[in-house]
Amino acid sequence: MTRTRPSPYPYWFVLPAAVVFVTLFLVPTIASLWFSMTRWDLIDAHFIGWDNYRQFFKEPFLVQGLVNTLIYAVVTSASKSVLGLLLAVLLTSGILWQGFLRSVVFFPVLVSTIGVGITFQALMHPTKGVINLGLALIGIDGPSWLSDPGLALYSVAFIDLWKGIGLATLIYIAGLAAISPDFYEASRIDGATRVQQFWRITVPLVRPATVTVITLSLIGGLRSFDIIWATTRGGPGFSSDVLASVIYKQYQAGFYGLATAGNVILFLLIAIIILPMTYWFNRREVDL
Amino acid sequence: MKTMRILTTASTIALLAGLAHADTVLSVTTDGNAETVAAMEALTAAYTALHPDVTFEIENRPGGADGDNLVKTRLATGEAGDILQYNSGSLFQALNPVEQLADLTDIAGQANVIDSFKPVVTATDGTVRGVPFGAAMGGGIYYNKPIYAELGLSVPKSWAEFMANNEKIKAAGKVAVAQTYGDTWSSQLFVLGDYFNVQAAEPNFAADYTANKAKYATSAAAMAGFQYLEDVFKAGYLNEDFGVAKFDDGVRMVATGEAAHYPMLTFALGNVKQNFPENLNDVGFFAQPGPDAAKNGLTVWMPSALYIPAASENQDAAKDFLSFVASVEGCNLMIQTNGATGPYLIKDCALPADVPPAVADMMPYFQSEGMTAPALEFLSPIKGPALEQFTVEVGSGIRPAAEAAALYDQDVEKQAKQLGLPNW
Repeated sequence: MTRTRPSPYPYWFVLPAAVVFVTLFLVPTIASLWFSMTRWDLIDAHFIGWDNYRQFFKEPFLVQGLVNTLIYAVVTSASKSVLGLLLAVLLTSGILWQGFLRSVVFFPVLVSTIGVGITFQALMHPTKGVINLGLALIGIDGPSWLSDPGLALYSVAFIDLWKGIGLATLIYIAGLAAISPDFYEASRIDGATRVQQFWRITVPLVRPATVTVITLSLIGGLRSFDIIWATTRGGPGFSSDVLASVIYKQYQAGFYGLATAGNVILFLLIAIIILPMTYWFNRREVDL
Repeated sequence: MKTMRILTTASTIALLAGLAHADTVLSVTTDGNAETVAAMEALTAAYTALHPDVTFEIENRPGGADGDNLVKTRLATGEAGDILQYNSGSLFQALNPVEQLADLTDIAGQANVIDSFKPVVTATDGTVRGVPFGAAMGGGIYYNKPIYAELGLSVPKSWAEFMANNEKIKAAGKVAVAQTYGDTWSSQLFVLGDYFNVQAAEPNFAADYTANKAKYATSAAAMAGFQYLEDVFKAGYLNEDFGVAKFDDGVRMVATGEAAHYPMLTFALGNVKQNFPENLNDVGFFAQPGPDAAKNGLTVWMPSALYIPAASENQDAAKDFLSFVASVEGCNLMIQTNGATGPYLIKDCALPADVPPAVADMMPYFQSEGMTAPALEFLSPIKGPALEQFTVEVGSGIRPAAEAAALYDQDVEKQAKQLGLPNW
């Protein structure tokens, strides 16, 4: 019979951390479950059962917001992991000015999102923006990047990619550094080409970095808000609305209970997507 | 959140002089519009000159929905300062005034306030909670006078005449209608400014709307505003960058003749005066025309108001300042600062004789009976928060007018429920 050995530390050592966790995380989480079932004006809350959830799913833009959220998360996550890996390979290959180029790629990560949003609003202006003025020089009539309903979401996703790729690249560079040079040396002796090395050595062995990049950027994409708010505010109309901006607009309108219900839904959505994914990734890692 | 703290000149001088009184510092929050800030600085400086022991700290909040959010949150957490400048009408009702704002029914200054203003700052319990700040506005259409003169056009009295003018302007190779959906709030004008025409056709619309009996989607008169938005887009009358242009761009276009029309509230004249003073006489104004040329009138917006948050610790000093703002003297100070942009709601506060043409165009509506009607937001407490998104959609050809009107009716339902109105 095994007996768990009593911890050498007294239980009250846990207290400081527990107090922080309970007051800042546990209590608000439970409180938000309660408030999501009320009509709330920040002072009085009337219990109305599941009405907020019913209302939220009745929102005509919610479905579009959900679809947009998924599109946005998948597009940004996929492009960050693919381009991030390619950039990382390039920036570890010993090219000229490697250190300088690394900082250039990382630089946008450091810039304030609101600043990036305002800058791209100017760059993507349909008649006065640098992008369309440049396109006009080679005879292309550029679209209205941020106010064309079919294009706005992808334009914002592109800005997000530009801003976030540096972090993905950084994680990949760390991942590449962890691969032993012996593998490359051995394969070169066996006559493997560079492309073969990339597919047979780099891609499989950089897997932990890939998992980190995909998980982080997918979560980031699912709850993305700031860059969208700084560029299109979900517009034109509702065409680049994501779940987080739909929720924010309910807060703005003073529908605090409804907005809280939206946040509970967002929490569940992220959990539903991320939990099985991490489980699947981790299992595959063990298989290797 | 981008906020700026500006110490008024007066308070700075007072501080520099090192006045050793037990000073009262009143904190004021404004919407940050240039005209608002200028008027507030003039009023506070004059008040401090009269009462050296009272100084002010003016803070500018963001406008639009971000600002609404900030004001509501600060009121709820008791951090809204001593004096708050904010909209009257339905937005005022959404602040929960009975609990959040001080009762101003009995302050001295109320005696000077014109009675027609009081209902738009009266809480559900019948008490008055604000005093007017600024001039009443009309919601209509600015037009560029040189373009009208060049093409020999006359001011339209019906929507058909307006569209005929637009066709001629377009044929002359000019932008007929400026729209600025980059500032989404500015997209609502064709719908909100059409209310005179709505009530001309359906006199009971506001009451029925509040009682959940009348809907935008099922009232032909109310639907018309949405249809107008769709029509000007489909006819190709808009400026090329309508989707990203901002309010300031719209003012520039109509003032300098880049566009012939700009649907807007008359407060924009202050912007013309500040940024394009040499074009002030090029800008005219007319009420939004409706289906019937014989029934042409103006939809009127009440000015914003000054309130005192219930949590303020300087109620008496703040009330005295508000009485000063509501005096003829305060009113004249505002006219001196921003010029006459419309009638003020203070008794015996007359406008100067030499007003700009756009104001001269607007005044006749006020001077004859039955030529004005308040906008719907001053007659009914419900305004759906997503209207500006729907109007952008219709005005950009993303969604048909009828569908948007029906969705807006659903949006309104949320607001009515949040306010706890009967029948919803």
